[in-house]
Amino acid sequence: MTENPYGWLADEHTDDHRWAFGTGFTDPLAGIDTTVPAGLDAGALATFCLALGDDALVYSHRLQEWMTRMPELEEETAIANIALDLLGQARMLLARAGAIVGKSEDELAFFRHEHEFRNVRLVEPSDHDFAELVGRLLVFATWRLALFERLAEHADPVLAAIGAKGVNELTYHRDYAAQWVVRLGDGTELSRQRMQTALVNLWPYLDELFRPHDVDLVTIQRGEVDVVLDTVFATAGLERPDVPARALVGGRAGRDGVHTEALGYLVAELQSVARAHPDATW
Amino acid sequence: MVSAPVAAWDVAAATPDPELPMLTIGDLGILRAVDEMADQVVVTITPTYSGCPAMREISADVERRLRLAGWRAVEVRTALAPAWSSDWITVEGSRKLAEAGVAPPSPVRRAHGPVPLTLDPRPAATCPRCGSAETTETASFGATACRSLHRCAACDEPFEAVKPI
Repeated sequence: MTENPYGWLADEHTDDHRWAFGTGFTDPLAGIDTTVPAGLDAGALATFCLALGDDALVYSHRLQEWMTRMPELEEETAIANIALDLLGQARMLLARAGAIVGKSEDELAFFRHEHEFRNVRLVEPSDHDFAELVGRLLVFATWRLALFERLAEHADPVLAAIGAKGVNELTYHRDYAAQWVVRLGDGTELSRQRMQTALVNLWPYLDELFRPHDVDLVTIQRGEVDVVLDTVFATAGLERPDVPARALVGGRAGRDGVHTEALGYLVAELQSVARAHPDATW
Repeated sequence: MVSAPVAAWDVAAATPDPELPMLTIGDLGILRAVDEMADQVVVTITPTYSGCPAMREISADVERRLRLAGWRAVEVRTALAPAWSSDWITVEGSRKLAEAGVAPPSPVRRAHGPVPLTLDPRPAATCPRCGSAETTETASFGATACRSLHRCAACDEPFEAVKPI
């Protein structure tokens, strides 16, 4: 028996076992009881999981676009790991939704149209620079961490488990982003200025995160997020931007499937291989 | 059924982790249950991180090892709750990590209520080469999700640590 755990996978080409990450992904919820507990609205649970899954899927893709472009190797591995954590969360949440609506995670990720995505608009635009990357990550991770702490108490045991697991990961993401925001804000005059500009660019997307929506099965107060952000800004010598929120479209936004123009391009790239080879496994 | 010389738990627990091959999944604490029935065995494992790409390889390897050991029907299941913590790495696992030059994780302190923000560097890891505590964290994310990067001021060597989570 070889000691290299990948060795035998390379030699043994059966239908089940091929080279690592070779023949298609197994269901991330394999063996987990996905029965919806009595008293819960299965449709609402599926929609909520889809929304949280789409936030992570779209944002993970945006973070992956930074790969090979980061200023230092350490930051490259950090962002790659954060993107991987979010992709893992997306897979479990899409699989959780899929178990209810009778679709696979791949069908949900690769064969829905742009208007069927339920993510918030914060995760859609590309970052202009590294300051915007860490600023957006700080806002996203702080908001999502607060949400996931609440998810961990949800009556659906699968969603609660995904929430509890995500809390550990998001804590690292938030700390990473917060430390960079402090370093840039409290750095040179140029870095402070660019960090402040990044926050101004992001701020219009914040209101949407706290707008009550039918999709939400758990709610958080904006104050829970603000207290963390204010601590970071105070330490960094940055000002909380005072700019108007990005307008809704006929009262609708990301959770309703109404997105910024950036999402269409992202979805097209994300889905291009799967749509070109719909029966392929990889 | 071929008579199994060792318990199914021991066979499954001896499976190496693909990303930390000095550890078995027993050492890492991701093997949660092994239920032996007649000639069937059901193994339950848990991921370290949500996106851990090694889960499929681990479950395929566990299944292969149990089949080689004589079980005909092997099923590997995933459990998500409770979430894995680095506290589940065994004493033996920590020893093997240090021996391989990877600093084992410090114990995780969990408090109730919102997770506090950390703006200061995390507590220094002990250098697995020279034992010095004079180390700095150079990156909180390393080659895999579960590792971070450090440098020792005493022996000047860089090293990895398994993150407390």
